[in-house]
Amino acid sequence: MTAPVLEVQGLKKYFPVSTGGLLHRRTAWVKAVEAVDFAIQPSETLGLIGESGCGKTTTAKLILLQEKPTEGSIRFQGDNVLELQGDALMRYRRAVQVVFQDPYSSLSPRMRVRDIIAEPLEIHTDMSRAEIRERVAEVLELVGLQPDVADLFPHEFSGGQRQRIAIARALVTDTRLIVLDEPVSALDVSIRAQIMNQLEHLQATLGVSYLFIGHDLAGVAHISHRIAVMYLGQLVELADATELCEHPLHPYTQALLIAALPAHPDDKHERLTIAGEIPSALAPPSGCRFHTRCPRAMPRCAEEVPVRRDAAPNHSVACHLYD
Amino acid sequence: MTPLLEVTDLRTHFTSFGGTRVVKAVDGISFTLNEGETLGLIGESGCGKTTTCLSIVGLLPPAGRIAGGRIAFQGEELTEKTSREMRRIRGRSIAMILQDPMASLNPLFSIYLQVAEPAYYHQSMRGRTLRKRVQELLRSVRIPSPEQRMRDYPHQMSGGMRQRIVGAIALSGGPKLIIADEPTTNLDVTIQAQYLDLLKDLQRDTGVAIIFVTHNLGIVARMCDRMAVMYAGKIVEHGSVRNLFNGAKHPYTRALLGSIARLGSKEPLYAIPGHPPNLARLPSGCAFHPRCPDAMPQCVTDEPSETHFGADWTARCWRAAALPAKEAYDRASA
Repeated sequence: MTAPVLEVQGLKKYFPVSTGGLLHRRTAWVKAVEAVDFAIQPSETLGLIGESGCGKTTTAKLILLQEKPTEGSIRFQGDNVLELQGDALMRYRRAVQVVFQDPYSSLSPRMRVRDIIAEPLEIHTDMSRAEIRERVAEVLELVGLQPDVADLFPHEFSGGQRQRIAIARALVTDTRLIVLDEPVSALDVSIRAQIMNQLEHLQATLGVSYLFIGHDLAGVAHISHRIAVMYLGQLVELADATELCEHPLHPYTQALLIAALPAHPDDKHERLTIAGEIPSALAPPSGCRFHTRCPRAMPRCAEEVPVRRDAAPNHSVACHLYD
Repeated sequence: MTPLLEVTDLRTHFTSFGGTRVVKAVDGISFTLNEGETLGLIGESGCGKTTTCLSIVGLLPPAGRIAGGRIAFQGEELTEKTSREMRRIRGRSIAMILQDPMASLNPLFSIYLQVAEPAYYHQSMRGRTLRKRVQELLRSVRIPSPEQRMRDYPHQMSGGMRQRIVGAIALSGGPKLIIADEPTTNLDVTIQAQYLDLLKDLQRDTGVAIIFVTHNLGIVARMCDRMAVMYAGKIVEHGSVRNLFNGAKHPYTRALLGSIARLGSKEPLYAIPGHPPNLARLPSGCAFHPRCPDAMPQCVTDEPSETHFGADWTARCWRAAALPAKEAYDRASA
């Protein structure tokens, strides 16, 4: 197996929150990400799914160095990125880029498309203006836009085209990994497939890796090679995408699959096995964090934190049922 | 049996300030809904589905007006009602569930007051009967310990609970029809599944008819009996959910069905080229023709009329009658 592009080990992020009155102030911790491990291979898409508040966006922010992890390491092509400085740090920032959910708020309305896409080049390279112009035209063509749209402003584009511009900006610096934070959720249904297909095409031609964050299991499973499922800050299951859909092991993954909407009215409908809502990350349940909603919880689940281990080849799960 | 709701050739237009431009948000749509039935109204943003709903309940913004057509509800003509008469229908006979539960609940009133209001005005319930009714409604939408929770305020509830409370308010006046406008868009998947199951149960228990406005075909597949697909202010295809999923006649319906990811399938998705049209500058002929894989010269010049494919199945497409559905679908997904 080749060396992974990105390897995350024991990643933790706790956010402090003040509780109590003015005099009895004390600090509690929101455990947003708790000991998450995964690796992304070259030309691979790793899907990251979970419900709101499960820590998937925090994980993305940690990888993008927008937040400093409380503990753990992030390795990029072998180097620990938390220790990078100067040129090496700039190289990392160049190689790892992001596309956000809402292309209406992630592109500056005052900048021309050319300047939006060229900005990373101006920061990271000493290319001449002519070279930059050429590179911008090249990436615009890569994402399926005409090079002559470079002089327009974002408001002149539809949502799907804006998301293409955001992808072009993320690609312009010879990127190796793009963090895609729900890149199609804000788009019209008829446009989503365009963007998904474009992303797959770019991966096939450029060999770029994706961390694809989403909550729609069918969509994430479609584009991803492997899928990591998060619940309340913990990574509960990680497996090959088709394997995960066919043989989900963790009761939470099983519930997500049941909750997924059918593709046809004749698909059989099971009732959801889990009740209630995600507990507060401020006071997560003891032991396995899912035990309060789990239909198969045992006394042990409330006491012992399950460790994620291989239950099948390339299929790991954090659940006492499979110990 | 007369249908519960019968919309005939409804036209709702928006006029710009000064009256120089008219946008035909809803342009001649017809559909019926029987008691206890669920209709899915689907389409992309800006296709007129929300305007259709607002026309039915008489809550159009000032710039919008019903320019033609009829809306018959339980045999009564709604387009001729005064706003005072409409107020007696809204809440009592027709209720609405909106997309954002935070915006549709008043943060300053307790849950009790908000759930009680329709029953107070429309069912004239008072005192203990009213309190009992509110508890019953909250219990029916699975709010735990309703006696205590009804004294709470919206900010003390989670998103899923708030949306269930909006559901309780909708049921409070004992309506015959609920219009649900993308009620689960802001909810997490497991909460969405719980909410959809709950709506099904409530429908079975009360026999209420539901119009489900959504862009999510999965929700239609799970919840609806019939579906109407809207594009640029028109219903382009209308029929039973099963028929449309098995062999849609209109290329837009087929394209939408081909563009959604199926769980566990790696088949490439069908991407609809282009983007939804601007209602102020619609293409000539069939509004879908610039994006249609099967467009013919006639589609550019003439607007397609409604073709019937059996008793309860219509589509507006010149090609639909001519082209066998299976072949067209294979072509679309190739």
